Amino acid sequence: MLKIKDLHASINGKEILRGLNLEIQTGEVHAIMGPNGSGKSTLAAVLVGNPAFEVTKGEIVFKGQNLLELSPEERSCLGIFLSFQYPVEIPGVSMVNFMRTAVNEHRKRKGEQPLTAGEFLKMMREKQSIVELDKNLVNRSVNEGFSGGEKKRNEIFQMAMLDPDLAILDETDSGLDIDALRIVAHGVNQLKRTDNATIVITHYQRLLDYIKPDFVHVLYHGQIIKTGNPELALELEEKGYDWLK
Amino acid sequence: MKQYIDFFISERQKIDEFCSPLLNSFREKAFETFSRTGFPIYQSEDYQYTDVAGLLKDDLGFYLNLLQPGINPHKVFYCNVPNLNAYKYFVVNGHFFQEPEKDLPSGVYLGSLNIFAERHPDLFLRYYNQPASQNGDGLTAFNTLFVQDGYVLYVPENVVLEKAVQLTNISAGNVDSLINRRILVILERGAQAKLLICDHTNDDKVMSAATQVTEIYAGENAFFDYYELEESGGNTVRLTNNFVRQSASSSVILNNITLSNGFTRNNYQIDLTGKRAETYLSGLAIADAQQTIDNFTLINHHASDCRSNELFKYLLDEEATGVFNGKIIVSPNAQKTEAYQSNRNLLGNRLCRMYSQPKLEINADDVKCSHGMTTGQLDEAALLYMRSRGISKEEAILMLKFAFTGDVLKGIRLEGLRDRLTLLIEKRLRGELIKCQECI
Repeated sequence: MLKIKDLHASINGKEILRGLNLEIQTGEVHAIMGPNGSGKSTLAAVLVGNPAFEVTKGEIVFKGQNLLELSPEERSCLGIFLSFQYPVEIPGVSMVNFMRTAVNEHRKRKGEQPLTAGEFLKMMREKQSIVELDKNLVNRSVNEGFSGGEKKRNEIFQMAMLDPDLAILDETDSGLDIDALRIVAHGVNQLKRTDNATIVITHYQRLLDYIKPDFVHVLYHGQIIKTGNPELALELEEKGYDWLK
Repeated sequence: MKQYIDFFISERQKIDEFCSPLLNSFREKAFETFSRTGFPIYQSEDYQYTDVAGLLKDDLGFYLNLLQPGINPHKVFYCNVPNLNAYKYFVVNGHFFQEPEKDLPSGVYLGSLNIFAERHPDLFLRYYNQPASQNGDGLTAFNTLFVQDGYVLYVPENVVLEKAVQLTNISAGNVDSLINRRILVILERGAQAKLLICDHTNDDKVMSAATQVTEIYAGENAFFDYYELEESGGNTVRLTNNFVRQSASSSVILNNITLSNGFTRNNYQIDLTGKRAETYLSGLAIADAQQTIDNFTLINHHASDCRSNELFKYLLDEEATGVFNGKIIVSPNAQKTEAYQSNRNLLGNRLCRMYSQPKLEINADDVKCSHGMTTGQLDEAALLYMRSRGISKEEAILMLKFAFTGDVLKGIRLEGLRDRLTLLIEKRLRGELIKCQECI
């Protein structure tokens, strides 16, 4: 489904990713771990098409398409979703309007008719329940005044609405208490199917107690330096990263 | 300027001919003032970016013959706020378009300035041109010198005019012209009214310039909403002077929206003369191409316990220019004043320009005052966030721009207008030609 080959990316002239290789098949969950500054969030940003990052070398093929040629919105409609580490507040744009526009843009690209107001509201209600999102939140501006936990739950709610083939969770566990973590993880697990895939970017092993990865990768200095089974995460938790360098 | 003075001297008889003698009686003094001061001087402190004399070039035509309105507004005009339940009036090329008398609450007068002067000479003399001559500049004097008609909204003591009043100014001619309009609003103690003024130009091939002087009196406990919507063309010059006097416990909303224009300068002077008066002054300016919008505001807190809340937002693109000058003066007597001012500007590219100057002069010690100004570009992080959900760049930009206008719209208490403006602003931002349904 996703093939990353020798990926080099930089921001403001500073190289962050230095030849990253990664391959993901449908039905798989991949965890990417690594110390601060290793390039985890850069990988997420490059996958989603953040224009602040420049890809200087390498390729990314997603569902047979050259991802690097596509705009962020085209990538989204092709089935890529990023749960942001820091979800953005957008004052004045209501969640309802935001989500309806997004869902209908997806439908438009698939050649489907836009949802009616009734259909859309029904869909919203269903998906909200997956992450136990307060129904009043959708009447507010996007993420404005949301607590840290509400923001993360809102990300998973959006993921449920857009039903991506590849979900990238960038430090979704940061800033979450145990209850919120459980709700978010439960939401992610409910959305898991054999025909989609997930990348979980995290600092800590604890999220992986809830979301079981098939593979654990260690990202260091812009490269994946080790790949292992879920036990690797436990080992990293215990020993840190120094022994791998 | 000299041409205008000569023109006045030679055409005086024609100017006076169709007007009430009371209206004419104010011209002498205006003539003296204008001869002495001329137009406000370009690049002087208050007119840094507006060159009045340059804008009002000397060969502009005047419509002096009041008997020929030229067009029937009911036939040519397409209204953009068709669902508003309102008393509707027109001023065509500066002249009030006489309508059959409407059934109004007792004592209320809505109509021509000349007829008002004849029917209510005492009121006319008490209110017409009072703050305008005391505080006005050369531009106000110029307007007083040439004005031949205008519009009056008068609501007597304790009368509530439930239905809004909509006045549409239409400039329609086939030569470059200058129109001088006048608006007088008198709300006596406990009176209430809402006025919407729409400014239109019918033809963009010729230049349409207008001066407009508005005087508003809100008596004790009076409530007044004043909305102005400009939808004109790139070849339009609009120069307005608004004077507002508020008595104790009165509440006034002043809301100015420039949706499309050429060159616009709006001056506001608000005097809070009675205790516990409150003013909400807000503006939204949307400009691109080479449009210019210059809003100059002055709020004088003369009495204690008054409140003013000012919000101006500019959405600029291409080579547009925005100017905001916001002055608040709190006099030594005005203890317990609350005065807030905010100016927020969103620039679409590097070519547009915004000049903003907040000025607070506080001479009392027990007050709450604040001001803030921000000028910036669209939030890149928000843009990426929206695009990452599948929303196209164009649509995301539109949504962010539209969101930016939200809080000015929220301040509009006329529901029909707010709904309609929401639609109009969206169309404006989409670059769709604003075509409207015909007024009923």
